[in-house]
Amino acid sequence: MAKLALAATSGKSCKILLGLRLLAFSATLSAAIVMGLNKETETFVVGKVGNTPIKATFTAKFDHTPAFVFFVVANAMVSFHNLLMIALQIFGGKMEFTGFRLLSVAILDMLNVTLISAAANAAAFMAEVGKNGNKHARWDKICDRFATYCDHGAGALIAAFAGVILMLIISAASISRLAQQNKCCSTTASPSVVP
Amino acid sequence: MVKLTQRLGGLVLRFAAFCAALGAVIAMITSRERSSFFVISLVAKYSDLAAFKYFVIANAIVTVYSFLVLFLPKESLLWKFVVVLDLMVTMLLTSSLSAAVAVAQVGKRGNANAGWLPICGQVPRFCDQITGALIAGLVALVLYVFLLIFSIHHVVDPFLLRKS
Repeated sequence: MAKLALAATSGKSCKILLGLRLLAFSATLSAAIVMGLNKETETFVVGKVGNTPIKATFTAKFDHTPAFVFFVVANAMVSFHNLLMIALQIFGGKMEFTGFRLLSVAILDMLNVTLISAAANAAAFMAEVGKNGNKHARWDKICDRFATYCDHGAGALIAAFAGVILMLIISAASISRLAQQNKCCSTTASPSVVP
Repeated sequence: MVKLTQRLGGLVLRFAAFCAALGAVIAMITSRERSSFFVISLVAKYSDLAAFKYFVIANAIVTVYSFLVLFLPKESLLWKFVVVLDLMVTMLLTSSLSAAVAVAQVGKRGNANAGWLPICGQVPRFCDQITGALIAGLVALVLYVFLLIFSIHHVVDPFLLRKS
């Protein structure tokens, strides 16, 4: 336990945490942007009048599905949270991370973990319905017609799931830092309390 | 004295979360309805949709986990592990609830842009029971968020309230 406390007060674990937060920020931001700009327009032949085919244009956008809207909003919020924590860690060098501040960082990290996991899963299951359809409910699949839309959505989902795993590690690290009561990335380390 | 009420509060919360998760599982499993749609007979069960299957599995895992943690003795060293497991279980609960609500919303309102018709008009009792199961899942989630904060307070003691 004492070795753990010593490792937590060193600068190396702070740098690892900063690197993880940067990765999570970039993953969730890219997921939000890719899904937010997801749009495809296709023209189909819907019928024939005599010999001339009738064409209709259909658009697939992310905001047709509420789950994807929630996905974009939640990923934007989580990336903003990570940006805030990175700024706090880099520019808040003289601030003491003790007591309530450390607890609020841990609680915010936990809330954001639940938020991003909810958003990623909702979008994943909606994408599964869109990809495979559902013959019991008579819902046709849409991925055979809007292939690019589905591909971009899949890429955004993968980035979001990477963000989920990273946020889980970050949150576990924040909770374990509660036990040490130390300052991160500062020159003088306060005496750590070992429970 | 404070420790006794804390421990009792934790036990009560966990038992309530166990009941809520169990209720969600049972409500969703027993939802099954047959209806006739012109000449087509439609049987709606929870296993038609992958999101509902995931919801049942996740809540079943949470039920078993809560039941096991109810019997953990007070001075066991596993309480530090329980904090991490509580976080993962909360993530499981919120993801399953979110997926089930997203799919149930399509079942209730349909999706005009994708040409998906709502199915709640034909199987209203099925829809009501699914709604009840989702509400029970939400209650379990809220209780687990409280339990997470509770177990962090119990194990980590961030405000150094305990004099040792």
